[in-house]
Amino acid sequence: MRFMMLMYPQIEETEWEPKGEAFEAMGRYNDELQKAGMLLSLDGLRPPGEGASVSFDDEGKATVTDGPFAETKEVVGGYWLIQARSKEEALEWASRVPGESCRVEVRQIFELEDFPQEIQDAYRGS
Amino acid sequence: MAEATRAIEAVWRIESARLIAGLARMVRDVGLAEDMAQDALVAALEKWPESGVPENPGAWLMATAKNRAIDRMRREKTYERKREEVAHDTGLLFALERSDFEAAADDEIGDDLLALIFTCCHPLLSREARVALTLRLLGGLTTAEIARAFLVGESTVAQRLVRAKKTLREARVPFEVPRGAELDERLPSVLEVIYLVFNEGYAASAGEDWVRTDLCEEALRLGRILVELAPREPEVHGLVALMEIQASRLRARRGPSGEPILLLEQNRGHWDPLLIVRGRRALERAEALPKPIGPYGLQAAIAACHAAAIRAEETDWVRIAALYETLAEIQPSPIVELNRAVALGMAFGPEPGLALIAEIEDDPALAGNHLLPSVRADLLEKAGRDEEAAAEFQRAAELTENTRERRLLIKRAERLLAS
Repeated sequence: MRFMMLMYPQIEETEWEPKGEAFEAMGRYNDELQKAGMLLSLDGLRPPGEGASVSFDDEGKATVTDGPFAETKEVVGGYWLIQARSKEEALEWASRVPGESCRVEVRQIFELEDFPQEIQDAYRGS
Repeated sequence: MAEATRAIEAVWRIESARLIAGLARMVRDVGLAEDMAQDALVAALEKWPESGVPENPGAWLMATAKNRAIDRMRREKTYERKREEVAHDTGLLFALERSDFEAAADDEIGDDLLALIFTCCHPLLSREARVALTLRLLGGLTTAEIARAFLVGESTVAQRLVRAKKTLREARVPFEVPRGAELDERLPSVLEVIYLVFNEGYAASAGEDWVRTDLCEEALRLGRILVELAPREPEVHGLVALMEIQASRLRARRGPSGEPILLLEQNRGHWDPLLIVRGRRALERAEALPKPIGPYGLQAAIAACHAAAIRAEETDWVRIAALYETLAEIQPSPIVELNRAVALGMAFGPEPGLALIAEIEDDPALAGNHLLPSVRADLLEKAGRDEEAAAEFQRAAELTENTRERRLLIKRAERLLAS
């Protein structure tokens, strides 16, 4: 099974880039994941203010809004994609993230087998 | 409570291999090391639900395993026992008391893990025993899980494990990483075990058999661990590359009723691009090393050729034929030659393929194998020799044990005869 661990740093955008010690600690953690054969991919995201968002209305019309955004909702700062043998194992790895003032959300990735049989059949037949 | 147990089991799965490896370095016996580690697990299952998981669970488990073993040996010393047993335990006690696991540097832990892998895959053990022991001690799988994965009885697996540990103990197999020429000699056994686990999952991974897909993931995980421990060995990267690229096709290789779909007929849009990229990167790392790549690297390179073709018609068959030629040189096998004949047929037309088939047709290893007539039939059909091709399809149909495949072969023969 695969899990996405989403990092939500609860900090101001001006402090977005991790420095010195925090950067090193995260590097060590990523090494551990890699050595354990769990890590499939990972990335850190540039601050939300540099980004933009595309929203769709109820007719599916797209509107682009550039950052920075007025509302300071929780935003994703980065992610790890890992292979784990159970949700508990993924949660244990998430608990080992060297984080401060942040939240790590663990979400399982859909597998083909999770979908209803007719969707699976259609996929396999295509 | 059940939730707490599952969480503890998850910690156990993360920590157990390193724990057993560290203990085995001290006591020089993987069987004993496993018993000690199990003791620590029992202690964790008693304590952690109330106290919570400690800050550094690995260190906690190690300290507990050591202390429990020391206590037990001290206690047993006072009983009446054979002198050599006491002497043996005194040696162990000394080893345990002076060892300082927490001070072990990262590369020492890595060395212990590597030694554990080589011990589990020791050539003294049968293939089945090596697989079971590796999954148990490195994968942290239970006996029941191993039994389920390999469709054998639990007692069979349990016996295999007991016997394997006994064999290692009696032969006094040293707990160490082989070096130099011995490393080259013993690495293939390790790679074989990992690839066997992968293939057990891959060969049977139909949708409902989730356990078996798990087996593919476990093999990949073991391979990725090994790559970190032995980064200078191109064949380790080669094996990982091969498994990543093969696993990328897991979703594409079965039709709606579970029937296998051949590589060239698969929907390539269903291949997993992440695993393809990972496989290609592993292959690049293998090729960048001074040691030449071997059979796994070459098979990975062939798999990468297929992965690089967006449509089956774009496959670089010239390169695949050349890779099979190199593979046949370093690992001569009629099956490899047969694959090379297919590649030659795709790259240069039927004649060179048929010529190669003529060279290997009398190989006893291919006697009774339906692939030989089936590949020849294909090449004959391409050459426009319809009647001969039909006869070969017939022959292949008689030889195959797979009903679905037989029906397909008969259909192809009939179609040729009708035209």
